[in-house]
Amino acid sequence: MRENKELLNIENLAIHYITDDGTVKAVNGINIKLNKGETLGLVGETGAGKTTTALGIMRLVPNPPGEIMSGVIEFEGRDLLKISEEEMRKIRGNKISMIFQDPMTSLNPVMTVGEQIAEVIEIHQNVSKQEAMEKAGEMLELVGIPKARLNDYPHQFSGGMKQRVIIAIALACNPQLLIADEPTTALDVTIQAQVLDLMNNLKNEFNTAMILITHDLGVVAEVCDKVAIMYAGEIVETASLEQLFENPKHPYTVGLFGSIPKLDEEVDRLKPIKGLMPDPTNLPSGCKFHPRCPYAKDICTKKEPKVTELENGHKVKCLIYEGLVDVKEVK
Amino acid sequence: MATAKKSKKNKKRSQWSEVWRRLKKNKMAMVGLTILTIIVLLAVFADFIADYDEVVIKQNLKERLQGPSAKHWLGTDEFGRDIFARLIHGARVSLKVGIISVGISIIIGGILGSIAGYYGGLIDNIIMRTMDIFLAIPSILLAIAIVSALGPSLMNLMIAVGISSVPSYARIVRASVLSIRDQEFIEAAKAIGASDLRIVLKHIIPNTLAPVIVQGTLGVAGAILSTAGLSFIGLGIRPPAPEWGAMLAGGRAYLRYAWHVTTFPGLAIMTIILALNFLGDGLRDALDPRLKQ
Amino acid sequence: MHKYILHRLLLLIPVILGVTFIVYSIMYLTPGDPAQIILGESAPPEKVEQLREEMGLNDPFIVQYFRFIKNGLKGDFGRSYSTRRPVFEEIFARFPATLKLTIAGVLVAIIIGIPVGIISATKQYSLFDNVSMVGALLGVSMPNFWFGLMLVLVFSVTLKWLPSGGDNGLSSLVLPAITLGTSAAALITRMTRSSMLEVIRQDYIRTARAKGVLEKKVINKHALKNALIPIITVVGLQFGYLLGGAVLTETVFSWPGVGRLLVDAIRQKDTPMVLASVVFVSVTFSFVNLMVDILYAYVDPRIKSQYK
Repeated sequence: MRENKELLNIENLAIHYITDDGTVKAVNGINIKLNKGETLGLVGETGAGKTTTALGIMRLVPNPPGEIMSGVIEFEGRDLLKISEEEMRKIRGNKISMIFQDPMTSLNPVMTVGEQIAEVIEIHQNVSKQEAMEKAGEMLELVGIPKARLNDYPHQFSGGMKQRVIIAIALACNPQLLIADEPTTALDVTIQAQVLDLMNNLKNEFNTAMILITHDLGVVAEVCDKVAIMYAGEIVETASLEQLFENPKHPYTVGLFGSIPKLDEEVDRLKPIKGLMPDPTNLPSGCKFHPRCPYAKDICTKKEPKVTELENGHKVKCLIYEGLVDVKEVK
Repeated sequence: MATAKKSKKNKKRSQWSEVWRRLKKNKMAMVGLTILTIIVLLAVFADFIADYDEVVIKQNLKERLQGPSAKHWLGTDEFGRDIFARLIHGARVSLKVGIISVGISIIIGGILGSIAGYYGGLIDNIIMRTMDIFLAIPSILLAIAIVSALGPSLMNLMIAVGISSVPSYARIVRASVLSIRDQEFIEAAKAIGASDLRIVLKHIIPNTLAPVIVQGTLGVAGAILSTAGLSFIGLGIRPPAPEWGAMLAGGRAYLRYAWHVTTFPGLAIMTIILALNFLGDGLRDALDPRLKQ
Repeated sequence: MHKYILHRLLLLIPVILGVTFIVYSIMYLTPGDPAQIILGESAPPEKVEQLREEMGLNDPFIVQYFRFIKNGLKGDFGRSYSTRRPVFEEIFARFPATLKLTIAGVLVAIIIGIPVGIISATKQYSLFDNVSMVGALLGVSMPNFWFGLMLVLVFSVTLKWLPSGGDNGLSSLVLPAITLGTSAAALITRMTRSSMLEVIRQDYIRTARAKGVLEKKVINKHALKNALIPIITVVGLQFGYLLGGAVLTETVFSWPGVGRLLVDAIRQKDTPMVLASVVFVSVTFSFVNLMVDILYAYVDPRIKSQYK
């Protein structure tokens, strides 16, 4: 029964960028599981490897310099890393779609939005040009833009409208999995909520699973079922939404919550996580978070933590939960 | 205060040494620089290698149109003169023409571009529309027209080639002036009462240097090519002075019997242009690493 | 769109006036008395003076310039000092040959430059890319008149495959067109490559790939259409340079075009002929640029919609 529900299973995925100036270890052995219709929030700071993970699933990591070093990306029971480029192409935009961060630059400036939506339909569905264009019009209406604007060019749209067009492209073939890479970051705050609502509604309507990449825990709380916290190319904590918000375990996750203001508590000042993301060409030994961790001890600099399952799917990668670091001693 | 000044100086120096470090990593640019250095050295020491009057100018009809040999490495021309010796002395002419004519373009173009960019408005419009008109005349034709008006001589050639590429420098300088004119440090300088001239000289010119250096390096190559072209159609330096384009034109009539007379001057031109292009491309990448893919 | 074309056409008028003014000024400053040149060195001074008066050479510069423009508008650019025939007639007789050569040169440049540039960009740092980039650098570094002579040496003198000069049918066009087009081909190759590399990195190319568009179509449809916009400008500018560069190529291949007419006119100090040739070529260049700008608007919807 469980086998049927499972859509995506990433195991031990590692992606590196190999350049003259050194190897950037962007993604280092991550595991992600996602069921049909489920939404996963992939949270982390800029440079944590979120976008690279997404591009890895699409097999669109720019190569060179990027290279998928190892791992399995099982989608509907097939390892995407083993199939041919042609088979992969038939999955892109069809079964797995992606929405990119910056709507201003993600549409082709010399093609009409109609052409751009119709193109994905033409590629994956056996329809004529005309039918594809009709369907494109329907998609446009679906995302709240009048059909009449099919023949307009991207520069005639605002940022929020462009993102709607991109959503239309992504959902045109009714994908099983939608990867949204910070879909609202580049938009005005007022537009952000609209676009997010739209995505959420459409996702539920089509029963599409989604990986939502963000650095905004507020967005996560609104949309996601599960959350994975990413740090320096690793997933340090995975939990259901409730588990994570009520009981964050990893010191980094705790730090993330400490750095956002809460409405119901009086706080004098926020507690940002001290220090900066480590240089991805030269990651720290042991636990990669130890230079910034308030609980770090000697052992953290040497021993890489394992993933510990605490309760019903709540997993954390920290030596504290292996019983090797005593939290009480700190502070 | 003293330390602040020193650190500023260090910063300036490190900026250029950073450029040099990047340039050194570029193999093509280094090849270009090496070739260029060799050519410059040959040109500087040309008199030690071959006497100008005896070898380069004096005709020796007994040895005319001889192919390459141990005595004449690159053979002799239609008057029996050693082609290698003439090429080395010709390098002097080409380098001189290249550098001086680019100097003319940079000075005139730089002044016009700075004025246009700094003052903007009507002055900008007048200057740049005039430049547009100059740009509407293909530069080789403009140079031809100027030389034919002034009469063929080395100086007139340099003026003609120099003037014909003024507009591109004016555009470059204007663009960089515009990009920094409204930045805060210029506002600050104005606020403390610095004169326009001082602002232009102290703040704006140094910031336009990078694109001008790149364009200048490539411009020397263009000037050498134009000069050779003008000489080829008889508008350049008068014989018997050794000029590469003129040497090449002289050999044209003997293409059938003595290929080397035409071939080697052309190779010489190509080598120096190639070296300048390598260096120019390398400089562009080194000065603006963002542009590099 | 019509508004745009009209706008551009109107802008052309001051440019053409400016060009004629500059060239006329340069020629005016040319030392040597045209009357003396026409009548020869031994002509008596009073006859020279009489001719000067007849030709209006004693009038102020600005009067002479406006007379030149007035006559020019009627198609009268004066008579050649050497042949005494109307300058315009001679240029018009020679112009088709120059245009033919220039178009052939541009075609050579486009046919080589754009495909090589595209392949180079899509296979960056490959052997093909390296070889074609070195080739392109050689191409821009060669004096084209010399390259022409080398082609003659190999294909006419040694192999005897193609004629070395004149304008007799297609075979005689091959070497001049290659000579003229090579440096432009090199430039267009470099430009296409860098423009493509720039476009390939854009987000919308990633979007296209994420849609499952065939890689071939990503390049030929999504990327090329965008990359072509700057390339069109370069091709247009090259057309102008080639019109100018034709002067040298025509000299090498004894091609009966305006370029050779110009060179001969300079040798004979035939000022009206020099003046008119330079103006004629420059005006042609301006019209080519106008056409390029219009084409530009057709390719780039962002410009088109400004003038709707």
